[in-house]
Amino acid sequence: MSIKDEMNRKEHFRKAVWETPFHPRTAALNTLNEWHRWKDYTTADAYFDEALEYAAIRNACAVFDLTPMTKHLISGPDALAFLNRLVTRDVAKIKPGKVGYCVWCDDNGQVIDDGTIFHLREGVYRLCSQERQLDWLTRSAYGFDVTIVEDTHDVAGLALQGPTSCAVLKAIGCEGAETMKPFDIRYFPFAGGELMVSRTGFTGDLGYELWIDPPRALELWDALFEKGKIHGIRPMGTHALEVARIEAGFIQAQVDFHPADQAIMLDRSRSPLELDLAWLVDFNKPVFNGRRALLEEKKKGSRFRFVKLDVEGNKPARSAYIYDKDKNVVGTVTSAEWSPSAKANIAYASMHMPWGRPGDELWAEIYYQRELKWSRVMARCRVVEGAFWDPPRKRATPAQDF
Amino acid sequence: MTERDRIVIVGAGHNGLVCAATLARASREVVVLEAASQVGGAAVTREFAKGFRVSGCAHLSFLLDTGIARELKLASHGLKWAHSGLKTVALAQAGDHLVLNGGKLESGTLSEGDRKALAAYHARMRKFACVLAKQHNRMPPRLGGGGRSDVVGAARLGLDIRLLGRDDMREFLRIAGINIYDVLEELFESPLLKGALGLDAVLGANLGPRSNNSVLALLHRLSGQLQRADGFSIPEGGMGAISEALAGAARAAGATIRTGSPVARITLEGDRVSGVELEGGEKIAAGTVVSNADPARTLLQLLGARHLETGFVHRVRHFRNKGMSAKLHLALEALPSFSRLPAELAGERLVISPDLVYLEHAFDHAKHGQCSPDPALEITIPSLHDKTLAPAGKHVLSAIVQYAPFDDRASGDGPRRELLARTLGVLDRHAPGLRRQVVASELLLPADIEREFRITGGHWHHGELALDQLMMMRPVPGAAQYAMPVGGLFLCGAGCHPGGGVMGSAGRNAANAVLATERPA
Repeated sequence: MSIKDEMNRKEHFRKAVWETPFHPRTAALNTLNEWHRWKDYTTADAYFDEALEYAAIRNACAVFDLTPMTKHLISGPDALAFLNRLVTRDVAKIKPGKVGYCVWCDDNGQVIDDGTIFHLREGVYRLCSQERQLDWLTRSAYGFDVTIVEDTHDVAGLALQGPTSCAVLKAIGCEGAETMKPFDIRYFPFAGGELMVSRTGFTGDLGYELWIDPPRALELWDALFEKGKIHGIRPMGTHALEVARIEAGFIQAQVDFHPADQAIMLDRSRSPLELDLAWLVDFNKPVFNGRRALLEEKKKGSRFRFVKLDVEGNKPARSAYIYDKDKNVVGTVTSAEWSPSAKANIAYASMHMPWGRPGDELWAEIYYQRELKWSRVMARCRVVEGAFWDPPRKRATPAQDF
Repeated sequence: MTERDRIVIVGAGHNGLVCAATLARASREVVVLEAASQVGGAAVTREFAKGFRVSGCAHLSFLLDTGIARELKLASHGLKWAHSGLKTVALAQAGDHLVLNGGKLESGTLSEGDRKALAAYHARMRKFACVLAKQHNRMPPRLGGGGRSDVVGAARLGLDIRLLGRDDMREFLRIAGINIYDVLEELFESPLLKGALGLDAVLGANLGPRSNNSVLALLHRLSGQLQRADGFSIPEGGMGAISEALAGAARAAGATIRTGSPVARITLEGDRVSGVELEGGEKIAAGTVVSNADPARTLLQLLGARHLETGFVHRVRHFRNKGMSAKLHLALEALPSFSRLPAELAGERLVISPDLVYLEHAFDHAKHGQCSPDPALEITIPSLHDKTLAPAGKHVLSAIVQYAPFDDRASGDGPRRELLARTLGVLDRHAPGLRRQVVASELLLPADIEREFRITGGHWHHGELALDQLMMMRPVPGAAQYAMPVGGLFLCGAGCHPGGGVMGSAGRNAANAVLATERPA
């Protein structure tokens, strides 16, 4: 079904914001009735208590409705060549049945978006992105024998994240799910159809993402919550996920970087090198969007450095300026939270070069309010390397039940 | 020399030949590969009917860079002029023609005001064109480049405009981006004069007189005439003679020229060119490939979009390159007689554009995908100056027919027949009986020009000459310095600064860009 047909079927002109196929269940569970608009779908901020929802991610398991995630099906003889020209990493290394994280840039080597490439079957890929990308993908397809279909609406998706997630999967009939390695894709029979499971997520924990035809969506939800009850399953909203994703070290478009195709000022966008994603850039590929500019940047030096900070105290350094010891502004915090799992006050920051080296003396200027009174604190920051939360169970295969 | 030192030039158009000659004179190993059986690209002489030869595309020389002609000693390679300093005759159906020689009216009826305005207009436009002419042999600055040469280049352009003086600078900035219709309406009374002057601004362009950029297109056209006292010229043997002389100069300097050798693709090794592959499968290794083909053909076909970045490909795809001019060749059994035009003037440059409304109306049809029902024409009868072009007593007539769109609805045999009949109708009105003198004819629509001369879109200048496609933006920002994003690949044709017309500057500038980027010995 074309996007247009689908939109007509959903009578989008009557409703500006759609409901996902899980809405009958998510709405019933959303006792706080807190929603926001995510790519024209209504999405729960929180269901009952964001702290407890977060606790479920780290101690049991939690379910997040990720249907609104923008998805594209990419196939045709040139699908691999097309993707390799599009993204900075070598897609040939993402074998069938595997998922890979990636970023893509404009000609100037500035990041347009990040996402994941699912190598569904030999030569057939799904690209999930944060932002709408059909225009850029279509434009990039000129000269390639490739078919690109935006199928956001044709696939319902759930993230099942947390230590007991594998046990729940097995309980709903995904036999052998424990043998899936991180970034594996596997197909299981479910409700007379097929359930696609990938060992992926946005929480940095043991977890899976589940992909299914919309008509079978409710059946999947019901099975998870019925079988998951004794494993402590809970729904989670975006607030709980936000804490988990910062702990896990994942960046987000519109938060940690401004998509290059939406940036007007020249210094607002960032290159992958400036987002600490150099490991995703494979200069051995003879061509990809941004290659020349990034080679030039490597030669001349970057403008910014993306760092993780451990901030003194317990007040999240949201949107804080970062100062050097002489009180010069040398960076800005892009994301910050108190991390319940790392027991640390954590933050991401975009620093002006050369600042942000391990050992630099840095200070965050944090404003906070108590009973309507604003106060300011200058908190010492320490540059840390690696994720704030990285439990062995994230990678352990076979996955344990807990 | 190693294969890496070899330079392959794709296409032996006049720019490719100038580039080849310049590089060969700098002791480089140069191989020129031309698809057609003769050199010249769109500057060729072709036999379109037995015994009748004519310049196939361009039919007057007025832009050829005199410095290049001197440097390459084209005269010693056989270039001779059959006739120079052609006057312009604005044909009137009723017979009250205007004969113009530069800014002077030689005969015909114009008011005193128009005569004065004509002289002033001529002088001023030449002065403005001079600003463009000064840029022709310079490498355009890189937009946002910030390097020393970019800043100096941009500053020089600004200075050239400033040096016009306060009043002329203001006038230049006022009119450079606007349309010729408004400018001519402001200055002149005579519809015939305005029609003839207006045609100069739109010949070869996808523009009507009321289209913006038509003043700029006119200035580009005038820019090449500044250094030539002799104005419009006809080479002996047709425009192909210029190409033959250029080829002679290139060969004398050591370049190899292979005709009948169409290039199928430009080959790569990593992110650098490694040579070319011919349609027959033969591979020729080279460290540098300079393409005289148009930007779209070079980058999207010969190289392939997949080897370039998305944004760049998008810009190249949207380089406006749709031709609007058809070319008419007539073999005539006798010299046509234009109503009340003295026979000695028949060899001048004859234009049929009776007024600006006629011209705009001709364009209106074309912009909607149809050929003009009453086209405007620029006519030459070169056989009056060069007896080798037609059998004794017979003549060839060559005309640029404005407008014929590059459009499926206006291509193929049907539209070609119809435009031919329409054009002969217009000619017959001005030269009664001409239709019966025709022994053979050939009409090339833009789609035919695309096929015959391998120019994507069939545009003589490889692409529209407009503010957004000139200088540091020609063909597209990021590739306006002849070097393309792929290492070792250069463009040298009309799709680059300073654009089309048989000028040669693009070829020479490209050669200089190649020499400047070579690794130190």
